[in-house]
Amino acid sequence: MNSKISLTQGVTAGWPICLGYLPIGLAFGVLAQKAGLTPFEIGLMSVFVFAGSSQFIAVSMLSAGATVASVIITTFTVNLRHFLMSSSLSVFLGREKRTKLSLFAYGVTDESFAVNFIKFKEGDWDLDRSLVVNHIANFTWITSTVVGGYSGQFIPERAFGIDYALIAMFICLLIFQLRGREYVITAIIAGILAVILSLIIPGNSYIIIASVLAATAGVFIRKS
Amino acid sequence: MKSEYIILIIGMGIVTFLPRWIPLFFLSKRNLPDIVIEWLDLIPAAILSALLLPELLTTGDPRQLTLFQPKLLVAVPTFIFALKTKSLGGTVVLGMFLFWLAGRIM
Repeated sequence: MNSKISLTQGVTAGWPICLGYLPIGLAFGVLAQKAGLTPFEIGLMSVFVFAGSSQFIAVSMLSAGATVASVIITTFTVNLRHFLMSSSLSVFLGREKRTKLSLFAYGVTDESFAVNFIKFKEGDWDLDRSLVVNHIANFTWITSTVVGGYSGQFIPERAFGIDYALIAMFICLLIFQLRGREYVITAIIAGILAVILSLIIPGNSYIIIASVLAATAGVFIRKS
Repeated sequence: MKSEYIILIIGMGIVTFLPRWIPLFFLSKRNLPDIVIEWLDLIPAAILSALLLPELLTTGDPRQLTLFQPKLLVAVPTFIFALKTKSLGGTVVLGMFLFWLAGRIM
């Protein structure tokens, strides 16, 4: 059956994401538990939100006594970048049903986006396979955050280089995207702008501003 | 569980889902102009670089420029490995190992 192939190919493409999420999820669980959340509450947040960095920020804001409204607004600004990612993915998904697209939207993270985008770009990829990538990543995230909430105190901080899992993943995912001169130039512009802006502007808006400016510059460079 | 927490995670869920959902739901059925498609094609490279570089070059809150920290030094061999192998899983494992090693040595 086709569905079995989708599953195998989705898992093959997605397992490194799970490997990266596992330690981060555990770390999040530990932090959230220290902030006073129960494993059930932690799991519920992972199910409803499924966005690592904003969950970390939310928990640290909660421990600092922030209001619900300010946490939600911060979450919005942190995750607004996914608007750009979903826009990029939408180009490949014109013929799909909207119900399925809505399910797919739930699982768009930095990592699943990057993996799925490159697979769509290479061809031989479809929504079923990308849903497998999203949902094994989602399952890993939810499970590891809950496990972290239960047993996190037994895992020493900074063990096994876990702090580096996502950085290493980003390094490789970025390399996947560098498929020609204009991509390299765009990435360099985005990186430099992001560093400069991140030093000037507090918060995470530098990600979107730098990406939009760099991609715009990239289009002009491609035209010239 | 306090009802305030339920409101919190539902609110966080909605503001996270909407930006992920709106383009997929509305844009995918439209024929976008070529220039927009080209622009969107460059977004992944831009966004991943914008996520990564500040992570490697800055520390603290408020952020400060920090060159030659272990994160950046480990990134060099990790980058080369990723470039040569194109293996996402291998890169993650190697990066973690090298960072662990750097923590032992430095």
